[in-house]
Amino acid sequence: MARAATTTDVFNAVAEPRRREILDVLAGGEYPVNDLVRLLGMGQPQVSKHLRVLREVGAVDVRDEGRQRLYRLNGRALKPIHDWVRRFERSWEERFELLDSVLEELERTHDRSTGEESDHDRDDNGHGEGDAAGR
Amino acid sequence: MTETTTGTAKVTLPADDQILITREFAAPRHLVYRAWTTPELVKRFWAGHRGTMRSVEIDLRVGGRWRYVLDANGGFEVAFHGEYREIVPNERIVSSEVYETPGASDDDAAITTTTFAGSGDRTSLSILMETGSREVRDAIIESGMEGGMQEQMDLLEELAASLA
Repeated sequence: MARAATTTDVFNAVAEPRRREILDVLAGGEYPVNDLVRLLGMGQPQVSKHLRVLREVGAVDVRDEGRQRLYRLNGRALKPIHDWVRRFERSWEERFELLDSVLEELERTHDRSTGEESDHDRDDNGHGEGDAAGR
Repeated sequence: MTETTTGTAKVTLPADDQILITREFAAPRHLVYRAWTTPELVKRFWAGHRGTMRSVEIDLRVGGRWRYVLDANGGFEVAFHGEYREIVPNERIVSSEVYETPGASDDDAAITTTTFAGSGDRTSLSILMETGSREVRDAIIESGMEGGMQEQMDLLEELAASLA
């Protein structure tokens, strides 16, 4: 099957931008195909094809209600992606927490050092008046 | 100046080849900018808990180069370099960024736009990385996991305990 590579896992399934748009809409509620077609401005064959891929990896569930088939997001299937990005996010947050303490220190020295230059408040503030050398 | 409430880093993937990192800081823009662009200050936060910064070189002008080298906890070296493309002091820095791995070339450079916004004592920092391909983007996200998560968690705990 030519499509096999894109449907092997949820990472590949959501790599396609149109499928992410479908997931975004479904994050807001349950919809039949026709509503998705209207909301996304895509053709129905395209929407149906994308929904099939999303269902194969479990990102979307479907149920019948009367004559309609309703599609909804299955958040659990997206958890691996969520976890993957969260770990990257955590390493940035660790970096930012250290930056917070650098900033606190800069603010303290900044508040105090209107006259004198402190160790941490270097050249970039101190050379305001004597900039003749730089011209 | 007792306002210390800060945000939490948020990472989203706006497109196949993009990573967007946002964070709020309880400090004015010019100080966040200064911390971000002063080598001695970058050394104090960039490594996070993954190691220590061996060197930080910043030639902050358009066409100037930068290079960061981190000694990671696992005993290996992680290095990034790039070139500044656009600089608006206290507002925006656009630069290229290459993660130095065997075989990596400057053609694989991501373009990073760092924006400092906000007023008064608050700054929202946003870092948009445009990687050119999904493969490079995914590799960058994977690179954020080096160093062992458990080890990082332990260090964070220690730090928290030492601050208490």
